[in-house]
Amino acid sequence: MGLEILVCIKQVPHPDHFSEIRLDVDSGRIVREDIPAVINPLDRNALEEGLRIKERFSGRVTVLSMGPPQAQKALEEALAMGADRGILLCDVAFAGADTLATANALFYAIRKLGKFDLIYCGNETVDSGTAQVGPQLAELLDIPQVSGVQEVTFGDENILEVKRALEYGYMKVRLKLPALLCVTRDINRPRLPTVQSIMEVAQKEMVIWKAKDIGAPPESVGLKGSPTCAAGVYEHKAGRRREIIQGSTEEKVQRAVARLKELGVI
Amino acid sequence: MSNSGEIWVIGEQRRGRLEEVSLELLSKGMALSQRMGVTLSAVLLGDEVEEVAREFVFHGAEKIYLLEDARLRYYHSEAYARLLAGVIKEHEPQVVLIGATEIGKELAPKVAAKLRTGLTAHCIDLYVGEVDASPHLIHVVPGWGGNLVMHIICPQKRPQVVTMKPGVLPKTVRDDNKKGKIIRVKPDVTDEDFNRIETVEVVEEPPQGKSLESAEVVVCGGWGMNALGGFSKVQELADILGGVVAGTRPAVDKGWVDEARMIGQSGKTVSPGLFLSLGASGAMHYTTSFMGSKVVLAVDHNPQAPIFQMADIGIVGDLREILPYLIEELKKDRMPKKF
Repeated sequence: MGLEILVCIKQVPHPDHFSEIRLDVDSGRIVREDIPAVINPLDRNALEEGLRIKERFSGRVTVLSMGPPQAQKALEEALAMGADRGILLCDVAFAGADTLATANALFYAIRKLGKFDLIYCGNETVDSGTAQVGPQLAELLDIPQVSGVQEVTFGDENILEVKRALEYGYMKVRLKLPALLCVTRDINRPRLPTVQSIMEVAQKEMVIWKAKDIGAPPESVGLKGSPTCAAGVYEHKAGRRREIIQGSTEEKVQRAVARLKELGVI
Repeated sequence: MSNSGEIWVIGEQRRGRLEEVSLELLSKGMALSQRMGVTLSAVLLGDEVEEVAREFVFHGAEKIYLLEDARLRYYHSEAYARLLAGVIKEHEPQVVLIGATEIGKELAPKVAAKLRTGLTAHCIDLYVGEVDASPHLIHVVPGWGGNLVMHIICPQKRPQVVTMKPGVLPKTVRDDNKKGKIIRVKPDVTDEDFNRIETVEVVEEPPQGKSLESAEVVVCGGWGMNALGGFSKVQELADILGGVVAGTRPAVDKGWVDEARMIGQSGKTVSPGLFLSLGASGAMHYTTSFMGSKVVLAVDHNPQAPIFQMADIGIVGDLREILPYLIEELKKDRMPKKF
């Protein structure tokens, strides 16, 4: 019997276009139209890891996401990379979710899907970067979890050895399956879809579930299920002097050094 | 907001060494506890770490809940999370502060999820403010790579758990005369805590010499250093200024500087007196990680680079010409002091 592997992914705006994201002062909304959407970079590493495990031990890779209808594109891309089926949680009831409400929605979907041996997440997303949903989901599922995963080694049956990053080093832990791992970019290099794998996408299973499909109580997901909420969004004011020093190379350097002295930092 | 619950700082120690971020949490906790008229307490887990607990007292904690056990010597996600959630349930603090370190980022969501309560990530500030005419604790969170900041509140659920980005807030000043109570809590550690996850080894080698986080001068090179074939000029500048070398993600990828010295969202955050950015265009996940610096000097060839919006002093030009001049100019300046 093969392994049941789940990979949680999120569609995010392309990080190269973040400087184009603006705040509409009147509405207080974040303007992000026209910015291409991609699979969160570390979620690709998570998927790659899931695919490699499947190739080694056999099994099935399911990708799960929560988001607007267009997030189906991210799931299709995951299927093109080699995942076997995609599930999108898409419902207004899920909107406005903080990390706990997101973890709740994923939890109910997983409960409906059945048992998994391994769940992979990207360690954090590029948009909000909280790194919280993975560990929160693991708590709800009551399975062991590790963040910052750089390396995974399979030992005897159902035992993994995992290397996780610390500030100035690493920690190695051994853990029992089922488990949830949040991976970093060090773990692998994600593959690109092939012509063959892209053609296979149409034959693969893709479903869209609403809150009632997964039996999620309305008060547990979306805005209602979120203990935290946004009170406002503001442009980040750097508050810097922004003096551009003019002159020849020599003059520029001399003037800059003189300014540093005036400011008392050298 | 209730005024009954305490403000808690979850202290972090590794091998009996107190993590700097704990002192940043204490300074923020002290300001909030005074503002809200409540007690500032800290929690510490470990093995024979009373010495560290005493440090917390000297740094402003009025009470320390100390949980000691030989099996708690190293951070263990399942044991630490269960024990912390337990003491929080018992004492019901209203605010819990945790450092957004590699360990804190894993521990905080586990604890908050066990308590089914609100959690905000890597805050850069925290203060009592008004939202719709009622007082709330405002969590200031950078988002979208630092382009925007979000104000988050946690209206009902308690405690509100917050992780704070290390290296942003000022630290508390040590005062040997400060008094506080160390409260020993016997942790009900069980074998079951270690059943699913077992720690195999912990390897930590803090870099030799000055630490990046406490350096007064940080000289950070980016991709643009490619024009000079690497980091020798960055090192030279750091040596002259008595500073520490750091790099952006592309510089780390190039192998010019150690990953432990990377400035950015997935690296370090620094707040030195002087931050020199050399040959980095200024991606948001980078610029948000040195915004607490007193003065920022940026050098880059591209006048349109966003880095100049985040700098006090900008020099536009070819690094190959500017850096040798800059080194000579600063050397000149240093000479007389040596004699």
